[in-house]
Amino acid sequence: MSNNPAAITAVQGTAIPLPGNDVDTDRIIPARYLRSVTFEGLGAEVFKDERFNDEGSPKSHPFNEEKYAGAAILIVGRNFGCGSSREHAPQAIMRFGIKAIIGESFGEIFAGNCTSIGIPACTADEQTIDELQKLVQNNPQLNFDLDLEAQTLSSEEKSVAVDISPAAKTALLAGTWNTLDELLQNEAVIEEVHQRLPSFV
Amino acid sequence: MGKNLFNKVWDLHKVASLSETRDQLFIGLHLVHEVTSPQAFQALRERGLPVKYPQRTVSTVDHIVPTQNQLIRPYRDDLAEQMLQAIEQNTSDFGLRFYGLDSDSQGIVHIIGPENGFTQPGITIACGDSHTSTHGAFGALAFGIGTSQVRDVLATQTLAFERLQVKKIDVAGSCPDGIFAKDIILRIIADLGVMGGLGYAYEFAGPVIHGLSMEERMTVCNMSIEGGARAGYVNPDQTTFDYLEGRPFSPKGEKFTEAVAHWQAMASDPDADYDDVYQLDATSMSPMVTWGITPGQGIGVDQNMPRLSEVDETEVEITQKAYEHMGFDEGQKIEGQKIDVAFIGSCTNGRISDFRAAAEVVKGRKVASHVKALAVPGSRKVKLQAEEEGLDRIFTEAGFEWREAGCSMCLAMNPDKLVGRQLSASSSNRNFIGRQGSSTGRTMLMSPAMVAAAAVEGAVADVRNLI
Ligand code: SF4
Repeated sequence: MSNNPAAITAVQGTAIPLPGNDVDTDRIIPARYLRSVTFEGLGAEVFKDERFNDEGSPKSHPFNEEKYAGAAILIVGRNFGCGSSREHAPQAIMRFGIKAIIGESFGEIFAGNCTSIGIPACTADEQTIDELQKLVQNNPQLNFDLDLEAQTLSSEEKSVAVDISPAAKTALLAGTWNTLDELLQNEAVIEEVHQRLPSFV
Repeated sequence: MGKNLFNKVWDLHKVASLSETRDQLFIGLHLVHEVTSPQAFQALRERGLPVKYPQRTVSTVDHIVPTQNQLIRPYRDDLAEQMLQAIEQNTSDFGLRFYGLDSDSQGIVHIIGPENGFTQPGITIACGDSHTSTHGAFGALAFGIGTSQVRDVLATQTLAFERLQVKKIDVAGSCPDGIFAKDIILRIIADLGVMGGLGYAYEFAGPVIHGLSMEERMTVCNMSIEGGARAGYVNPDQTTFDYLEGRPFSPKGEKFTEAVAHWQAMASDPDADYDDVYQLDATSMSPMVTWGITPGQGIGVDQNMPRLSEVDETEVEITQKAYEHMGFDEGQKIEGQKIDVAFIGSCTNGRISDFRAAAEVVKGRKVASHVKALAVPGSRKVKLQAEEEGLDRIFTEAGFEWREAGCSMCLAMNPDKLVGRQLSASSSNRNFIGRQGSSTGRTMLMSPAMVAAAAVEGAVADVRNLI
């Protein structure tokens, strides 16, 4: 195991289920909340249009429910985070308090963005997701332990296998999910490639 | 076995292997806009890092600019004004090329790259915007990235990335009248689904694709992302070279001849290997319209909306949700659905050929009295060209509003928005709930000519009856 302080090997906590498929990034964070030069405050806007009506009164939505308050693990369906490349989407989810997402599948850029900010985005099959969501709905206080090395999500009730892309797993476990330092290292080769490729001066 | 363009370009730009599956990839051209970049510039400031190769970055402002009174500052929307000031400041502090409000080259980032000749075959391109796939039309590998990656490209001109698989999409037959590039890509997404491209780059090939103009190829590649693919491209050919010759940043003279030889060599070999192939015949296609809330929910204008009993089991839930939101009934006809708004523009269909095609339908006709119709050029150059050809008058005489360049009603980060449950016929790329600025608003995607037809008929109409 890496001794890099940035390494992410496990996530523990209660979970929050978000049933439904094809939840796109416009639903996760509507475009009007992108009008900002920082990511701060985005946690309050996550799923804004689904959680509040036009007058600002709360609607029925898992993210509004007291029983799921403080959850660290989000459980979603198929093709979650499809749509735009806005990192605001995983940023908003993270700033709401989520530290890991388990879903049937993810939009590709969304999954990459999750990794870049240190959020494991793991997958499991439809039946497993369904069972997990029901389990949490019936017992919101249930604690889970996501073990990235072993690729398991366990609780007192059950333990299931989850999948994660090898690149994301390596980066999270090694603490290199913030790619900048790693990329800065190969300066000489970068310069070589720059020299041999056409430029636009 | 030969090599496809994707792998040739990847290998040419590979800096190092970072892990078993991840490479460090050099990015030849970085496109920057105001929405996804401020936090990235901030990260560079915090680390005291410069932009590695400023000459490889091109920036503009497109998402938040109003399309009326664009030059009147400060903007009434404080947040928009703040973002505009941030990109002005950031590009000036870091010494980057910036096509701002004082430039004739301002416009949607995916339109100005190609029209200025920055977008070239065989290069890698990244931009903090998913529709970066547009640039693949030239045979470039073009990726939409998140803000942390924008930071990486600014600071190192490289990305940590996994190599994609390549799915060849071979479009055979011929394109009937009234069928446009938009119809082809909507059909591909309807066929393969919004997840069909996961893990893939799409190589669009075959006689129909190579018969398309560069602008039409951009429309096809633009929406690769709606099909779940991370990138899409077309192999460069004579059409590509003809488009690029004489553009401000294309190579000139002898250099151009050399460049063409290099570009030709980057194209997929005739015996290239693919991870998957999909074949489609365009001959019997109808103009496409989306009736639902994902870009995959598209049907021919002469078809009926699907019944729940007919759709695949995995599609039942999203189909139900779509009917709930759109307020349509199962099995209903799409043709004749009354619209409230018509929007022609965006990086999918905001280029000169799009306005020409729409003007042909609009000419001599009037926009239905209950319809609000917007024609929004994708760039200042497109706007000027259209005005030179008199297209703006055709639109305004018919009752369209002719606006200034920007993303406009494609995503409503600016004043152009749907109101309430308005139903919009849009030439843009996403029909997600809330996309056009109202959480109850409804979007139907179609080609610009089909939007024009819907505007004059006041309802979804088959453009083939109007041309
Ligand atoms: S036109 Fe629409 S899709 Fe294109 S860059 Fe602008 S907001 Fe994004």
